[in-house]
Amino acid sequence: MLAPALLGILVFFAYPLVASVFFSFTRYDLVSPPEWIGLRNYEYLFTKDPKVWSAALNTLWFIVFLTPIKIITALCVAGLLARARRAAGFWRTVFYLPSLVPPVASVVSFVFLFNPGTGPVNQILRFFGVDGPLWFNDPALAKPSLLLLGVWVMGDIMVIFLAALLDVPKEQYEAASLDGANGIQKVRFVTLPNIVPVLIFALVTGIIAALQYFTEAAVASGVASGKATVGSGTASMLGYPDGSLLTYTQWLYVRGFANYQLGYASALAVLLFVVAAVFLVFLLRRVDAFNPEGAK
Amino acid sequence: MKLSTTLRRRAAMGTGAAIAAAVILSGCSGAGSGTEIEASAPSELEGTVSLWHFFTDREAEVIQGVIDDFEAENPGVTVEVHDGQDDEKLRKVIAAGSDDIDVGLSYSTAVVGNLCSTGAFRDLQPYIDRDGVDMSEISDTVQAYSQFDGVRCAMPVLADVNALFYNKEIFAEAGIEQAPKTLDELTEVALELTEYNDDGSIKRLGFNPFIGMYENTPSHFGPAVGGEWLDDDGYSAIGSDEGWPVLMQWQKDFVDEIGYDKLQAFTAGLGQEFSADNAFHTGQLAMAIDGEYRTAFIDDQAPDLDYGTAPFPTATGYEDLYGAGYIVGNIAGIAKGSAHPELAWALLKYLSTDTDAVVKLANGLKNVPTISSALESPDLEVTDQYRTFIDIALNPQTMTTPPSLVGDGYTQAFGDYWEKYQAGKGGDLAEGLAGVDKEINDSVDLVAGP
Repeated sequence: MLAPALLGILVFFAYPLVASVFFSFTRYDLVSPPEWIGLRNYEYLFTKDPKVWSAALNTLWFIVFLTPIKIITALCVAGLLARARRAAGFWRTVFYLPSLVPPVASVVSFVFLFNPGTGPVNQILRFFGVDGPLWFNDPALAKPSLLLLGVWVMGDIMVIFLAALLDVPKEQYEAASLDGANGIQKVRFVTLPNIVPVLIFALVTGIIAALQYFTEAAVASGVASGKATVGSGTASMLGYPDGSLLTYTQWLYVRGFANYQLGYASALAVLLFVVAAVFLVFLLRRVDAFNPEGAK
Repeated sequence: MKLSTTLRRRAAMGTGAAIAAAVILSGCSGAGSGTEIEASAPSELEGTVSLWHFFTDREAEVIQGVIDDFEAENPGVTVEVHDGQDDEKLRKVIAAGSDDIDVGLSYSTAVVGNLCSTGAFRDLQPYIDRDGVDMSEISDTVQAYSQFDGVRCAMPVLADVNALFYNKEIFAEAGIEQAPKTLDELTEVALELTEYNDDGSIKRLGFNPFIGMYENTPSHFGPAVGGEWLDDDGYSAIGSDEGWPVLMQWQKDFVDEIGYDKLQAFTAGLGQEFSADNAFHTGQLAMAIDGEYRTAFIDDQAPDLDYGTAPFPTATGYEDLYGAGYIVGNIAGIAKGSAHPELAWALLKYLSTDTDAVVKLANGLKNVPTISSALESPDLEVTDQYRTFIDIALNPQTMTTPPSLVGDGYTQAFGDYWEKYQAGKGGDLAEGLAGVDKEINDSVDLVAGP
């Protein structure tokens, strides 16, 4: 009965993982047979790669800022929607709808909205006498601009929070009220403990998504640079402006598919896997300690 | 039923070993291909041959038109055309050991180093020698970008050439009669044609010197100083080239003259390069460096634009290079696993060396032919603006970016540093270029080092 699941794990998880580990010790360009070179890819990664650490820092930025801000915003919106008395369905639709927009389309729209010269955001700011920033064209603001997009499309996690909030037993709130708890205390001692599993789910999936952040940053770079195209030259636009949007996975893609260094790209992938695994194991253990039911 | 710990460990080890073996075997598959060819070309062609190319929509129809001609000339041959196939797909299919691809057509010369060195595309020299193909029809520069390390695994199929576009109306208003020929003249004319808004922001730029904007790349600017990219061993020659610092200093001075922040704000507000809002179409740029395909875009999207073209200016001391430029293009080859190599060669030869076919492709795609008979053909549709690109293609000093084992990794490394340099973050130029050399050489070593 477990055979299909086992087959799936072998084909889609174990094989790629073992393959990546093997290729990470080789010189491999996809076409030629892999050539064993020992730890050389890792030596290059840790001592010579000129961009891997800046790409890793950019990715870390998205983990530290995008993930929690998106979760907090989604939780707040879900909390408001859970209390909505009128037109609740309408507001749920309004907040959920952006998450249905394909990532490429939403990024393109945002970059055009925030275009420093012709975008409506800066035109409105100009109307009020404010000189708008360069948004996606400014290395200091490109990532925060993508954060705005991330918040806009938080509908997917918001509906999960909403379901969890609506699932909290009302009796517990009533009991807390009888005990004299105020609003903040109800959230602290009733709401949060009840939705911890959902919060953990959002945090874990959010961190994994941030570790693999690619499409939004890549499209934003292409469109903001004014050279949006497909095929030849796409790799050259990744990271614009000034490397500020070059994430770890984009760098992995460049090395693997634009520079034909799939062995080295595999080493980058293995490091990403190890970091993600350590990060998540650490996170889950910490959370376990905070969760009274999970304490050993 | 529970397995004992030992049994489970053994099962896990066995599974791991099996997967590792599968990985190694899969990595080794697809290697090797026959290089023996028929002693003479077949007198009559018969069978089915596949062509994988990247073109889509209107451009795919142009390709199909030439394929139809080929089939009409060879009634026994059917060509299966697969359009919209990029380099990644080509490489994956070839790497899988498939015989689906006979002829592959790529948009990039960056892939030539990989295709030739791995044997993904077959060595064409035996076919060329056997059939007596006149390679002198193809310029040395074009020959250089379609082969790697002495292995000719590809033939050129049209090219892109870069030159200076200038707005004649804006020039006439300023009383300027001809395009600048030196970089100093370019700066002078550009500053004269630049206009500012009341708040000091740029209204119109004579020429945007920003590296990274549209077609402003080191490779397109490089011919102004004859900038060399790689040495004979495939390692970086950028830091030791005398021309690059001259060019970079000119560009940095130009940026500083206008102001980095002003340029950045102006550039950020420009329309997309491949749209009707291209800043040269709209008159926001009086001059721009671009490829011959821009003439087709202008015909379609800004037909009233009165413009001219000229070779890109050269630096002081490099005036003898004026008239040359940058050229790069599409390449095609026979896939390693091709089951019909003779048919594939016949099709490839037709697409790359038949004058009528190349002229028809060039007229339809608005790209530059890569054989001299097509460049000089009376059937080639040549406007005054397009003539410049033909002349540059024929110029023996015209340059290209050589194929490398790291694809376009070396141009990217240089471009990234140049962008920092123009922003004032590049530090000492000599040290910066030495750093670019190291970055490129380390990357090459990772692929080809001992």
